[in-house]
Amino acid sequence: MNAMTEPVAEDGYNFAFLDEQTKRMIRRAILKAVAIPGHQIPFGSREMPLSYGWGTGGIQVTAAVIGRDDTLKVIDQGADDTTNAVSIRGFFRRMTGVATTERTDQATIVQTRHRIPETRLAEGQVIVYQVPIPEPLRWLEPRETETCKMHGLAEYGAMHVKLYEDIVRYGRIETAYDYPVMVNGRYLMRPSPIPKFDNPKMDRMPALQLFGAGREKRIYAVPPYTSVKSLDFEDHPFEVERWEHCCALCGSNDSFLDEIVVDDSGNRAFVCSDTDYCGERRAQGHQGAGMPAGYGQAAADGAAPGRKGD
Amino acid sequence: MKEQPILEVRDLTRRFGLRTAVRDVGFELWPGEVLGIVGESGSGKTTLLNCVGGRLPADDGTVLYRTAAGPAVDMLALAEAKRRRLLRTEWGFVHQNPRDGLRLDVSAGGNVGERLMALGHRHYGNLRQAAIDWLAQVEIDTARVDDAPRAFSGGMQQRLQIARNLVTHPRVVLMDEPTGGLDVSVQARLLDLLRRLVRETGVSAVIVTHDLGVARLLADRLLVMKGGEVVEGGLTDRLLDDPHHPYTQLLVSSALSV
Repeated sequence: MNAMTEPVAEDGYNFAFLDEQTKRMIRRAILKAVAIPGHQIPFGSREMPLSYGWGTGGIQVTAAVIGRDDTLKVIDQGADDTTNAVSIRGFFRRMTGVATTERTDQATIVQTRHRIPETRLAEGQVIVYQVPIPEPLRWLEPRETETCKMHGLAEYGAMHVKLYEDIVRYGRIETAYDYPVMVNGRYLMRPSPIPKFDNPKMDRMPALQLFGAGREKRIYAVPPYTSVKSLDFEDHPFEVERWEHCCALCGSNDSFLDEIVVDDSGNRAFVCSDTDYCGERRAQGHQGAGMPAGYGQAAADGAAPGRKGD
Repeated sequence: MKEQPILEVRDLTRRFGLRTAVRDVGFELWPGEVLGIVGESGSGKTTLLNCVGGRLPADDGTVLYRTAAGPAVDMLALAEAKRRRLLRTEWGFVHQNPRDGLRLDVSAGGNVGERLMALGHRHYGNLRQAAIDWLAQVEIDTARVDDAPRAFSGGMQQRLQIARNLVTHPRVVLMDEPTGGLDVSVQARLLDLLRRLVRETGVSAVIVTHDLGVARLLADRLLVMKGGEVVEGGLTDRLLDDPHHPYTQLLVSSALSV
C-alpha cells in the first residue's frame, strides 16, 4: 500500500527506533532462523523502551524487517485495541511513520501476542510472534547446555512426559496454549502462548512466521509452507478447543471465543477474540444473539471487548 | 562359542586438577554377573562409576562395551548421539539419591514410561500398562501409578528408580550405593528385590557400595579400591573370608558383622 505522503518518523530517531547495525544483526539472525526452521538463533537483544514481557522480542523483529511501504497490524489476544496492541502500534507509527491498519488482509506485517488472526494469512505477509520463553524443553531440563544437546541430537521423546502427565491428571491433554510442535520433522518448537486452537493454522501457512524472544535473546522462524505438527499420543490425538456457543456479536461458530462475565450475577457472553474478524463479519451482515441485557451499552455497540491475560 | 565379557574397562584415569581420583583402573564384567566395588569414602568408587557410565568424562582409558547388536564399541570414543542412545536403551544408572534419578513432580507412571517415550512409544494406554507391570515387579502398590514420587517413602523411590531403569531391559546397570540412606529393614527388602531382578532378567550390574554386607549378598565378584586404585579383586567369598591386601584386611575387620 502506498502512502500518499512519504512516511515521516519522529525527529531524532532512526527509522524504526533501532540503529542500522542492530537491525542488520537481527536480520542476520532472522536469515539463519529461516534457513533452519524451528531452530533458536541467539541474537543481541537490545533494551527497548518498554519492559520485558511486553513484546520486546517481537518489536525488535518487526523493527528489523519493517520498510517504508509496509502496513502494520498489531494484535494482543486477537484484539487491535488492547493496551499492548495500541502502545506498540503507536510506537511504530511514531518511529517509522508507516501506515497501520486493523484489517488482517491489508497488513503486510502482523505483530501478535497470544493469537493468530482468524483470517487466513497469505503469501507475502509476515507474522511476528512475541515469545516469553522460547525453549520447549525448559520444563524438562533447566540446563541450557543440555537442552542445546537435546535439540542437536533430536532427543525429544521426553517431551511426551509432559503430555502423559496431563492425561494422568485430567484424563486428556490439557495443555491449552504454547502447545509444543515439531517443525519440519526436525526441531521441537514453542509456538509462543497462542491457544492450541491456532496450532493447525501454523501448518503449511503461506505467510512467513517469525518469533522473537527479547529477554531470552532468541529468534526462530517457520518459513512459508513448512510442516508444523502438534505432539500427541496415538490414543489421545491432538484436538483443538470447541465451544457450545456462537459469538454473541457476529454469530461465528468457527472462531476462537473469549468468555466475558457481563454482570455481578454471573451472566456470561462469548465473543470472538479476533476483533477484526468479528467486525468484518458484522459489516457483511452477520449477527449474533446479542450481548446479554446487563452488558454496558458501549460494548454492545461493537467496541471490542478486550481482555488482558496472564 | 566362547563367552566374552560384556564390558571391558581398561586403564581408566580421571583427574581433578592435580589430584588423581581414579588411576589406571581396569575390570571386566561378564554377562549376568554382578560386580561389587567397595572401598572407603573418597577412594574413587563413584568417580569410576560415573566415568564408566558416561556421566563424567574420563581423562584416559577405554570402556569397551559389547552391544546387543554384536560389535564392541568404546563408549568413551563413541559419537555422542550413539552413546546417549545406548545409555538410554541398553544401560541403566541407579543413583544413590533417588531424587537425582527421578522426576519428583512427574507421576510414577510417567517416570517409568519416560525411557519408552524416548524410544518412540506413543500410545498412552500401553505406556501406562507397562508402568503398572513394572511397579508390580518392584513391589510398589500399582494403585499408586499416578502418584508423584514426592509422596513416596525413600525405599519406594529407590525401587521406582530401579523400575524406571529396567523398563527398557538394559543389559548393563550401574548402581551407586543403591541402599545408602535406607534403614535396615527397607534395605533388606531392596536387596531381596535386586537379587531377584538380577537373577530373573540376567542383567549385568556394577554396584558401588561401602557396605560389605550389601557386597556379600549381591556381588559375585568384588574390587577393593583405595586412593583411586584397585588394590585387590576376586570372588566375593574368597575376598571377604581371606583378604590378602592389608587394606582389605582392615576393611573386613572394621565391619561390624559380615
